[in-house]
Amino acid sequence: MGKDVEKLPQIKQFREWFEKRHDYAKDWKKKNGGRVVGYYCTYCPEEILYAAGVLPVRILGSHEPESITRPYLHDMYCPFCHDTLAQGLQGRYDYLDGVTLAQSCLHMRQAYFSFADRVPNIEWSYYMPFPHGVNNPYAGEYTKAEFEKFKASVEEWTGTTITNKELDEAIEVYNKNRELMMKVFELRKAENPPITGLHAMEMVVSSQMVDKREHNEVLESFLEDLKDVEPNRETGTRLMLIGSEDDDRSFLEMIEYGINYPATFVYEENCTGARYFWDLVRPEEDRLMALAKRYVYRVPCPAKDWAVGKLFRRRFNHIESVIKEYNVQGAIIAQMKFCDPHELDIPSLRKLFDQHDVKHLTLELDITQPIGQFRTRVEAFLEAMAEEDLFF
Amino acid sequence: MEVKVRPLDCWNDFKKYRERYYKNYLEAKDKGGIRWAGSAWAFDPVPHGLGEDVYSLTGEPYGATCAFFHDFSRECLENIERQGVARDLCGYMRNYWGSIVLDKYLLADGSTVSPFPKPDFNFTIHICCSHAKWYHFAAELEGGIPTYAVDISVGPGYMLDDKKIEYVVRQLRDAIPWMEKITGREYDDELLIKAVYAEADAMSTWAKICKLNQAQPAPLEEKSMFSLYVLNLINRGDPEVAKLYHKLYDEVESRVKRGIGALTYEQFRFLTDNPPPWAFLKVYRYLEKEYGAISLGAIYTFGLAGGWIGMDEKGEKWIWEPAPTPEEAGVEITNREEALRWTAEYNLRYRASWQHEYSHWIRKQETYQMVKDWKADAMIMHLNRGCELWNMSTLEVRDYLVKNGISVATYEGNMADPRDFDEARTFNVIDSFMQSLGIEKIS
Ligand code: SF4
Ligand code: SF4
Repeated sequence: MGKDVEKLPQIKQFREWFEKRHDYAKDWKKKNGGRVVGYYCTYCPEEILYAAGVLPVRILGSHEPESITRPYLHDMYCPFCHDTLAQGLQGRYDYLDGVTLAQSCLHMRQAYFSFADRVPNIEWSYYMPFPHGVNNPYAGEYTKAEFEKFKASVEEWTGTTITNKELDEAIEVYNKNRELMMKVFELRKAENPPITGLHAMEMVVSSQMVDKREHNEVLESFLEDLKDVEPNRETGTRLMLIGSEDDDRSFLEMIEYGINYPATFVYEENCTGARYFWDLVRPEEDRLMALAKRYVYRVPCPAKDWAVGKLFRRRFNHIESVIKEYNVQGAIIAQMKFCDPHELDIPSLRKLFDQHDVKHLTLELDITQPIGQFRTRVEAFLEAMAEEDLFF
Repeated sequence: MEVKVRPLDCWNDFKKYRERYYKNYLEAKDKGGIRWAGSAWAFDPVPHGLGEDVYSLTGEPYGATCAFFHDFSRECLENIERQGVARDLCGYMRNYWGSIVLDKYLLADGSTVSPFPKPDFNFTIHICCSHAKWYHFAAELEGGIPTYAVDISVGPGYMLDDKKIEYVVRQLRDAIPWMEKITGREYDDELLIKAVYAEADAMSTWAKICKLNQAQPAPLEEKSMFSLYVLNLINRGDPEVAKLYHKLYDEVESRVKRGIGALTYEQFRFLTDNPPPWAFLKVYRYLEKEYGAISLGAIYTFGLAGGWIGMDEKGEKWIWEPAPTPEEAGVEITNREEALRWTAEYNLRYRASWQHEYSHWIRKQETYQMVKDWKADAMIMHLNRGCELWNMSTLEVRDYLVKNGISVATYEGNMADPRDFDEARTFNVIDSFMQSLGIEKIS
């Protein structure tokens, strides 16, 4: 008999890291005596921090109601940004030594500055100009120049010199993490994927919190064990999750485990999913250039994906290949309330799904989710898809 | 004390220019001309090199005009929402898209014509999350208009370096053959150079006009300034615009010398912050009429249309002094390369609103210094749901000003969605604020 994925120790480990992220970082500090830097957006070149012996951890929210950010962040700014700032103001990130942001959407920009100014334990903060126009040919060079400044600032702050050797090691560790997670994702193309979207989210988000070396070890054994997993749930409708950051367990649980129509996420096209780790650093003599190219030419966030001469969105090309390779039947567009970059793509995205005959449902995320209401809507959506199947 | 007031002599010149601008765009094709559309933040001088019959439509002023004529705006907004566009997106952008979908074009006098005139190309920049994506989607709605957006994500002026400037210049350099290809026109560098000189002249002159408003009584009030500053947002590469600003400067300077003010009773001087709720400019009239309160300007009216020195080199203090034109800087622009570099650097370094969007620290210094230099008694902030960029840092700025002893009132609204404004509540906010400061009604 095959193994039950839920019982795999690696799944438990990812979950524990996910839930006890702050404890992990504090323990890491104790053990390693190193510094921890919170980063706000996945365009941060974590490898540079890692090469300096710093642990980069992603700043995320907690999905608990709060009202302490309203004096600083207008309520038209996205709930994710409010949630992250609330975490800082409540002292949950009291172990951070620094905070950084590779220029991202405006909401994050303001949340970052408020966090950097108002969270008392922050001793180093770095705002990195990062191109918005990642589809233009000069973005790589510009980014490289900014990475040089970032590296110099990290070196000055930590009193280290980051040599090519350290950068190579960091790149290797990070690339390995990416490769391993891509391999896990590859398994989700199967008719009965061994893991659900919830597992995938916990795997990816935990990789954003823990030392990648440790994460790699667990991933390697996870891949081994996954070979023997026998899916004991009905896959049902093959869904793609697409949109803003989404690390809310209750949301994924509800869709995959909480409704009458079986459904499984086979791919998450967001920055708490595939967009975080997709695409490797291709080694070249100029290490910072290699890093710059990876970050600029990775599958872009909608905040950076727009026309320069030609009308195309790189992310859409990627989505089209995912639809085919993962045999996607339906898409849940989970978009953070007030998130302009994603909202700006949604009408065209819906059209794209229509062209590929992928049914779609848009849900608006908030700090906490109206699960009951979502359940009804998702159920109706899946039911309609099931009925269509009956007739065609 | 009662102050002498009189209408501006050049008011009609500005009004006529605006009317002509929207008509020219509409009729461009009848005359064999070229149309382009893009943000008011776009590098306007660049398309000027395509010829003297090149007409633009800048989206934000167009969206503001829609909002001003609020019945048309409602129609636009409702139509575009039916296409699945989110209601919390930029108000200007939704008015613009709605106008495309309705296939109706609004003229400056509020009349509409059909069809909506399509541009030959879109040319824009990207500073907020919307700009480039605005025109990307507009291009799709219009059936695939060629679109080129310049990324200017290089940070504030005082942190510029050669590589950052070069990043922007390279994109501008590539835009020229792209435009030539689309329009089939040969690019004229002389026209570009002329437009680049004109742009700096117009923006620096607007800054000088704004400085004149430091006088007591103030010669201009902000509601009128909205009709004046806008020429720099629609066609600042046109030498005619710079000429109009010089004329305005002379007139305003003479008003200051003669003690002519904008209001008969100036008992309270305040500044604003965001774009106003265009459908409800009566807020300004209410303050004037009831309280003798004059709005002297804003980092919006001053900063978007003006060229200013801005943050000092250390990034510590904001300097509200007009930026130098090429002539004042002793620079001669002789070729395409120099022209592109000048316009890139001038905008990146001196366009005040390009600076403060990068951190609330800059915006705090900018606003604080403005209150001091313009001798304002308070700040009345529009918490504007219509624009995420202009609304960035507003609450942090409020906190900073209050901590530094400056009174601040805030009211909620939307620059371009008339459905998002509560008139009675806003007047209540104003009355309570004035009462709290001990300002009596004058009527
Ligand atoms: S959800 Fe959207 S607005 Fe919020 S941080 Fe992410 S990209 Fe920005
Ligand atoms: S969101 Fe604001 S800055 Fe962006 S296009 Fe709209 S008005 Fe302009």
